[in-house]
Amino acid sequence: MDYLAAAFQAAFELIVSFDADLWEIVALSLRVSLTAVLIAALIGLPLGAAVALFAFPGRGALIVLLNALMGLPPVVVGLVVYLFLSRAGPLGVLNLLFSPTAMIIAQVILVLPIVAALTRQVIEDLWSEYREQLVSLGAGPARAIPTLLWDGRVTLVTAILAGFGRASAEVGAVMIVGGNIDHVTRVMTTTIALETSKGALPLALGLGILLLLLTLLINAAAEGVRRYARARLA
Amino acid sequence: MTAEPMRQVASVPRTAGETYRDSILPCRFEGVVYEVGGKRPIDGLDLTLEAGPVTLLIGPNGAGKSLTLRLAHGLIAPTAGQILWQNRKLERAGRGPRRQSMVFQKPVLLRRSVAANLDYALSVHRVQGEERRQRREEALARTGLTAYARQQARTLSGGEQQRLAMARAWALKPQVLFLDEPTASLDPAATAAIEEIVRAMHAEGCKIVMTSHDLGQARRLADEVIFLNRGRVVEHTPASDFFEQPNSRAARDFLAGKLVW
Ligand SMILES: Nc1ncnc2c1ncn2[C@@H]1O[C@H](COP(=O)(O)OP(=O)(O)O)[C@@H](O)[C@H]1O
Ligand SMILES: [Mg+2]
Repeated sequence: MDYLAAAFQAAFELIVSFDADLWEIVALSLRVSLTAVLIAALIGLPLGAAVALFAFPGRGALIVLLNALMGLPPVVVGLVVYLFLSRAGPLGVLNLLFSPTAMIIAQVILVLPIVAALTRQVIEDLWSEYREQLVSLGAGPARAIPTLLWDGRVTLVTAILAGFGRASAEVGAVMIVGGNIDHVTRVMTTTIALETSKGALPLALGLGILLLLLTLLINAAAEGVRRYARARLA
Repeated sequence: MTAEPMRQVASVPRTAGETYRDSILPCRFEGVVYEVGGKRPIDGLDLTLEAGPVTLLIGPNGAGKSLTLRLAHGLIAPTAGQILWQNRKLERAGRGPRRQSMVFQKPVLLRRSVAANLDYALSVHRVQGEERRQRREEALARTGLTAYARQQARTLSGGEQQRLAMARAWALKPQVLFLDEPTASLDPAATAAIEEIVRAMHAEGCKIVMTSHDLGQARRLADEVIFLNRGRVVEHTPASDFFEQPNSRAARDFLAGKLVW
């Protein structure tokens, strides 16, 4: 019991003393996951909306695929990205393996299906409500996409937050393609995994507490957006 | 059918630079059939919508009134027959702005402010800058919504929402306005406000084609009546004739409040 209490106390001290190593790791985690989510949103929002609005051969299969990819195991994504980026792989010349960029790539692949699949669902529902009105006004599908993305913004923000939650909590992909290199590619989840196995509990616990707080924050933000929307936008 | 002349309101040019020759009316239905789910809710419609009179489409529930409006407006395509507008190439749905608007029973308003809803419609019609501002302000003023300009559209009351839908239609200066039971879920005061706007748009030269199951409203507004039953035109007559001496048994029964088959 003393051992646990001591570990918690050390972890707490690391946090409140703004320990440089700890905050470097937190900062890199946020940078990697936020960048990945931004890129995934830039691609996934219009992609999901286009799948919702346009009819094309293979559309049904694409929807099934997107939905299935939402549950992609992070280690598998890590493995595939590793194979592509490794020296012998097709993108080996880029020399990206074990860099934050590699971690961002892996997380984009993890988050993109979530954003695209949820966007597709949201926009398809909105489109069935708006279609005749928009066609009546003279807005075709191309014009409708930005319109519907904007009108679905509340739900879409929560979809993006879900993507961020997944990115910041996953460990498998960033571990494989990042390699948990001190001061280069160590993020919260990989540090927790490795420090724990080394018995270095304070750092792992400190990061664990911060990760938990981040998750709470994400969910609070999602709830805040929903409440704001209910009150203001109806 | 009748050849008797109706009260005519000239179809006036709606925007600067538009001439009488640009009128999209008349609109003719020729043997229009609409099949869906193995049924034929529109079963051989022939009718002509001329510039001028306020046209009320009436008939029992399920007669095909809404489908007729959606066919005319190009939201759905006939499975047989054709719908011919005077200036056909201007009026293809889904190909950019057109000279006709529609107001639905339940308005679909965008999740943005009242003013932004009008700006959106105007921008789709490529109305920019000062003209957009003017048309927006005028439409707000004429529908009594000026004070609501900054309010979120979806937080308006039902009657105000429908007035915004009317304002949106008005701002686009259509030659033809279709209205599908626009007051069906409104109280009498809100209904009167919508009717007032309909009259004002008509006075400005906009052709009105409207469905209603409110016979009082039909009497108040109609210059001519198209009575539909089971997907066909049963009568197409001046309003006074229709209400005083309907020709068909179906129309007589309908006016008497009996179930029509
Ligand atoms: N998508 C559809 N599928 C099946 N039946 C339909 C569809 N749309 C309309 N109908 C049928 O067509 C008939 C006419 O509908 P409508 O034009 O809405 O009638 P109303 O005169 O009451 O406006 C109704 O019997 C309705 O059930
Ligand atoms: Mg109807």
